[in-house]
Amino acid sequence: MPKDGSAVLSEIKRGYIETKLKEGVRSDGRKLDEFRKISIQTNYIPRANGSAFVNLGNTKILVGIKVESGEPFPDTPNQGVLTTNVELLPMAFPTFEPGPPNDESIEIARVVDRGIRESKMIDLEKLCVEPGKKVMIVFVDIDILDYDGNLIDACTMGVASALSTAYYKTDDDKKEQKLPVRSLPVAVTVSKIGTELLCDPDLEEEQMASARLTVTLNDNGNLCAMQKGNSGTFTIDEVKKAIAISDKAGKDVRAYIKQVI
Amino acid sequence: MGTPSDMKLIDENGRRLDGRGDEELRPIRITTDVLQRADGSVLMEWGGNKIMVAVYGPREAYPKHTQDIEKAVIKARYNMAAFSVDERKRPGPDRRSTEISKVISEALSAAVMVEKFPRTQIDVFIEVLQADAGTRIASLTAASVAIAAAGIPMRDMVVGCAVGKVEGRIVLDLSKDEDNFGQADVPMAVLSKGKEVVLLQMDGDLTMEEFDMATSMVLNASERIAEIQRNALVEKYKGENYPEIEGSEE
Repeated sequence: MPKDGSAVLSEIKRGYIETKLKEGVRSDGRKLDEFRKISIQTNYIPRANGSAFVNLGNTKILVGIKVESGEPFPDTPNQGVLTTNVELLPMAFPTFEPGPPNDESIEIARVVDRGIRESKMIDLEKLCVEPGKKVMIVFVDIDILDYDGNLIDACTMGVASALSTAYYKTDDDKKEQKLPVRSLPVAVTVSKIGTELLCDPDLEEEQMASARLTVTLNDNGNLCAMQKGNSGTFTIDEVKKAIAISDKAGKDVRAYIKQVI
Repeated sequence: MGTPSDMKLIDENGRRLDGRGDEELRPIRITTDVLQRADGSVLMEWGGNKIMVAVYGPREAYPKHTQDIEKAVIKARYNMAAFSVDERKRPGPDRRSTEISKVISEALSAAVMVEKFPRTQIDVFIEVLQADAGTRIASLTAASVAIAAAGIPMRDMVVGCAVGKVEGRIVLDLSKDEDNFGQADVPMAVLSKGKEVVLLQMDGDLTMEEFDMATSMVLNASERIAEIQRNALVEKYKGENYPEIEGSEE
């Protein structure tokens, strides 16, 4: 991600990480297929319809959901709308600058959105009030507060938790109801350093990695979204290995999210 | 994937809507040097897709903060013409094209010998003149030829194809209807010789077995598409007279 004086890894640290990886451990003692400590606090922003504050190691992100009525897209007149936006706040990292979304934040938002959307987590047809005229629009907004790697996974777990605990009401409703949620997608990003594959990269690992592959798996164990990033390559065998790592590591993440929702 | 529909995508004889078999590609034609000003250019026709690619560079990277002191930066710009789709597309970059530009740039960086041209940029301008599903891979496959046609050193070519799931079957090179109403879409590109994956995206619903089948279909197809890329480049240099090298004869 960012490249500047404050973000360049020292050769010594680089060497240390590489040596440790050859022994099958990471600089912070984790196994290659192990996530950092996850903590998710749902309903952190009571004014939002749903929210989740996620700590993934030192990465901190906050997801807020707002549900408002609006017009459907012309090609899907009987479906609600889901939209996802990511703000890389300047407070999160020395080189993040204020301004409109850049390609980095657009990619994160789109990969997170793809995982949620393609898993059919939200039953959008249930969010239709009046076909062609009025539907509920689910605005997913994500603030990146502190950046220490692996934003895609942190955001996906945050969005899944926030959606699963969100309530909304239409203009005519008297009582709030739960969002129509029917599955729980989990994204796991695998980075490649040298020839090693490891999940949930922290910032230093992200800077050393040549490529990453994000795999989003649904409840039933099927793939629902993938995205390869950065200019390195994966062999076909490495892609399959990465999917296996995602499958294994994702189980723990899913188990944790189920506890908090 | 798209909206649920009662549209039949595979007929009673097991053929796809456009009559293709599961592993059959749409017709592909690659023409080089279609533009005069650019350093390298390609017109890619893939099914109903018509995509123009122009390459400029390596030239000094601008703005300066985008320079990399170790290598050239590849700046691909994927853009759809307003008239390229059924309903007019508002001109200019949107979130989809920004993401596609990014993944295409990254994929090309794996193939180009970027380390030979520090502090420079290589511009790859991609204009989708008519879109008919699979534009990002068609663009990337075309861009690889355009860079080669510009004479920029590469370690390998990039070649790819989309594969997807339609009515429970894994089929190659999705058509527009299959893309819109199918159950999964996997755009994938590899290095031509090395077979390493340089672009991989997926959306929809696939089992692990279906994914394995999909990747092997793309690898098979990429051989065929690479052949078309190669022929386009051979065609470019055919008929050119090269000076004889002195002393080359015994």
